[in-house]
Amino acid sequence: MTEEQQETFSSVSLATRDIHLAFGTNRVLRGVDLDVGKGETACVIGPSGSGKSTFLRTINRLIEPDKGDVLLDGVSVLDRDPDRLRQQIGMVFQQFNLFPHMNVLRNLMLPLRRIRKLSADEAEQVARHQLELVGLADKAGSRPGHLSGGQQQRVAIARALAMRPEVMLFDEATSALDPELVKGVLSLMADLSRQGMTMVVVTHEMGFAREASDVVVFLDQGVAVETGPPEKIFDSPDSPRLRQFLSDVL
Amino acid sequence: MDQLSTLWDTFFNWQSMRQALPDMLKTGLPNTLILSAISALIGTVLGMLLAMAGISRHRWLRWPARVYTDIFRGLPAVVTILLIGVGLSQIGMKMWGPNPYPLGILALSLIATAYIGEIFRSGIQSVDPGQFEGARALGFSHSAALLLVIIPQGIRRVLPAWVNQLIALIKDSSLVYFLGLAAGQRELFRIGQDAAANTGNESALLLAGLVYLVLTVPLTHFVNYVDHRLRQGRRTRTGPPDADETLLTAGETPLPVTSEGLK
Repeated sequence: MTEEQQETFSSVSLATRDIHLAFGTNRVLRGVDLDVGKGETACVIGPSGSGKSTFLRTINRLIEPDKGDVLLDGVSVLDRDPDRLRQQIGMVFQQFNLFPHMNVLRNLMLPLRRIRKLSADEAEQVARHQLELVGLADKAGSRPGHLSGGQQQRVAIARALAMRPEVMLFDEATSALDPELVKGVLSLMADLSRQGMTMVVVTHEMGFAREASDVVVFLDQGVAVETGPPEKIFDSPDSPRLRQFLSDVL
Repeated sequence: MDQLSTLWDTFFNWQSMRQALPDMLKTGLPNTLILSAISALIGTVLGMLLAMAGISRHRWLRWPARVYTDIFRGLPAVVTILLIGVGLSQIGMKMWGPNPYPLGILALSLIATAYIGEIFRSGIQSVDPGQFEGARALGFSHSAALLLVIIPQGIRRVLPAWVNQLIALIKDSSLVYFLGLAAGQRELFRIGQDAAANTGNESALLLAGLVYLVLTVPLTHFVNYVDHRLRQGRRTRTGPPDADETLLTAGETPLPVTSEGLK
């Protein structure tokens, strides 16, 4: 959205309540609460192994929580069809997860046709428009493997947005990118945030968390140790663990 | 000198080759092609189903698939062919008359199914788990994600191994001669073998071998071509790739997934 093209999102608010999850005896999440208002951006920070990515996956039920609830606009999602839920929630991965055997355009069109049930013409129109918004209209015919990491991630974001999600989840979306490619993806994410997409962003980019988020959650050992506005979290952290973490990463 | 020319005559007697050639092309070649093509078709379809069963979430599908594969991959082809061709011959007689082909094809197909099933299964399982997760996150169901995203990638990777299996099938089709073939049912090997027995020299059998090579060698090279193409990836219209080139093209080993949620 380099040319300030405005998209209107039909975002919803998102909340998690007391999310618990264990893999065997390994208690990965131990009661995580999160509140993201409609159109707000929450960043989840914390050391690796703290359960950030797992937490993100419980929101769209790629991993089913053992206990707890996920609410969209105040309504629980746990008794709904998870496939339908995931159409409402876009997700962007560290490794992009574009389909390497089809070109960029078909990557966008496949879910539009098969899930949103658009005709071929409509799907192509939506896909091309979405690619234009992320500045990659000229790459429609390329295979993902022939794009740079930054371009691939922007295609992945376009693919998720084409489904018209009401919430977007980002799982360390820039961690696999070469340093010089990080900025382009972050600025696209910041654009989305400004334009009113409800977002949950797991990130190691503290600069982004400080600038773009409305609320920051510090997750450690499966617990949301501290939650607050970015100024509070970064400038006057209460807990020793957060202070330690910030001094390690900044 | 005399011994050498005898040796030469044993393998390269043009007269007996020329005598065997018409039968070889009119009877042997079509029969070999029928046996191997039909078995390849059945083996590929059943192999796909076997692979799906092998990766199923349900133990009652996985387990029989495992046992099936172990048995038919573990038995010598000739044992399977005889067990089925002779063992079921009474049923075969009732259904098809005195024709060993249906049972021969059945046996070859069952063997091919086991091998092709393993090939497909390994291909499907080699696809980066992130692909499945990516598809599910878009809203695809479990089966749609497998069908539209995972299986096409998995199959692509193992096409060379699949073609190799077709080559093996062409060669194994010679084993149906154990079931006893009428003159018009003989495939390449049997015609060469019969002619060799009649003439007392191996030239006709050598000719049969040459016809096999005419079938299999191009396939071998086709495999190499497909393999090469899959490794290189298809050329795109958009010119040279920019920035980092560490990324996947089909056929490459996937990057390891390191997301902490997927232990």
